[in-house]
Amino acid sequence: MANQGPHDHGKGLGRREVLECMLWAGTGVLWTVSGGIPHSVGLIGEAAAAEAGGFTFLQMSDSHIGFDKAANPDALGTLREAVAKVKAMPAKPAFIINTGDITHLSKPAEFDNADKVFGETGVPIHWVPGEHDIIDEERGKAYLERYGKGSKGAGWYSFDDHGVHFIGLVNVVDLKGGGLGNLGAEQLAWLEADLKDKSSSTPIVVFAHIPLQVVYKEWGWGTEDGMRALDLLKRFGSVTVLNGHIHQLAQKVEGNMTFHTAMSTAFPQPAPGSAPSPGPMVVPADQLRSKLGLSTVTVLQGNKPLAIVDRTLAG
Amino acid sequence: MKKLRHAASRLSFARALTAALLLGPLAGALLAFGARAATEADVVTIDNFTFGPPELTIPVGTTVKWVNHDDIPHSVVDKNKAFRSKALDTDDNFSFTFASAGTFDYFCGLHPHMVGKIVVK
Repeated sequence: MANQGPHDHGKGLGRREVLECMLWAGTGVLWTVSGGIPHSVGLIGEAAAAEAGGFTFLQMSDSHIGFDKAANPDALGTLREAVAKVKAMPAKPAFIINTGDITHLSKPAEFDNADKVFGETGVPIHWVPGEHDIIDEERGKAYLERYGKGSKGAGWYSFDDHGVHFIGLVNVVDLKGGGLGNLGAEQLAWLEADLKDKSSSTPIVVFAHIPLQVVYKEWGWGTEDGMRALDLLKRFGSVTVLNGHIHQLAQKVEGNMTFHTAMSTAFPQPAPGSAPSPGPMVVPADQLRSKLGLSTVTVLQGNKPLAIVDRTLAG
Repeated sequence: MKKLRHAASRLSFARALTAALLLGPLAGALLAFGARAATEADVVTIDNFTFGPPELTIPVGTTVKWVNHDDIPHSVVDKNKAFRSKALDTDDNFSFTFASAGTFDYFCGLHPHMVGKIVVK
């Protein structure tokens, strides 16, 4: 386990500091990909990454449109604020990766509202579902009809952009009692075939709703067969794993793999084990926006590392 | 009885009516045998991502009601597919009548680390 967090500015953050960061913060994450070891270059305002000739994409997550409880009575409003941040970015991102829980209850009106506001970014969006997006009567049909075009199975797919291979996985379907997130044999076989002809020097970005690695088993924050996917990715020189679900930043570097979870745009959840349950965390209204946010990822061409910057809605 | 089997509904008046119709004539007989009069005993609540009580033992024919008190939706899914609720939003409920004896292990379909058990004797 690497001792350095991806957020080091050359001074080397220890695990404790990274975890503290996770408690506090939230912003976008700026990633720079270059086939090397990823690390971040700084906060959005100070980062030169976006100007360094690479391409930038965003990670947005857990908008939970339809949620109206105490932790945030207006989830659509805070999504609008996040989208306003996107529109105000000096360099337009190439696309957005949405790591799920678009809606709270998979209702048509919730999907409609989400589509409308996300659409205002004017940027293509690559989606994967969260468990909240597949609780319609027909268990996922509504999601697939809207976002599943060209995908396999429950909605998994891959694509290439700027020399990076992107893989969207679905780990919220057919969950087993007592278990965690689930990819399943069919999806793992597809992943193996998808990676077969890829050179080990191809930078990989893999994204899914629930963390692929176990973050906190007691709250179900992990994927039962996630290690099988990670084993298939081991031979690659640069693997970046982007997840949502836990509504807070968590980052970790292990060898060539960097793990990152994004903040929600709707409500925060407690740090692992710090509350009786992982349910929505109520914070004073004037602090809410400092715990919501989005992540900016910049992929640099050439021999520079991948960079992530997290940005809260408060900034 | 069929009405009670999948009575996940917000129409609590309809449920109360059904219960009254069914239980009204039975209540005296049940009390005479010292059986449990109140159906409240057969409620499983969901609080803080936990089914409570985690294990419930009931006689054959009992209807169990699950009520979600969290502000996150949950569902109730039997491991062997005997029953499966829709996603229950805050204060929604789901009922199932256990017509035969056995042990029913169930979990939340959204958060499968949440597990519970109904023992029907």
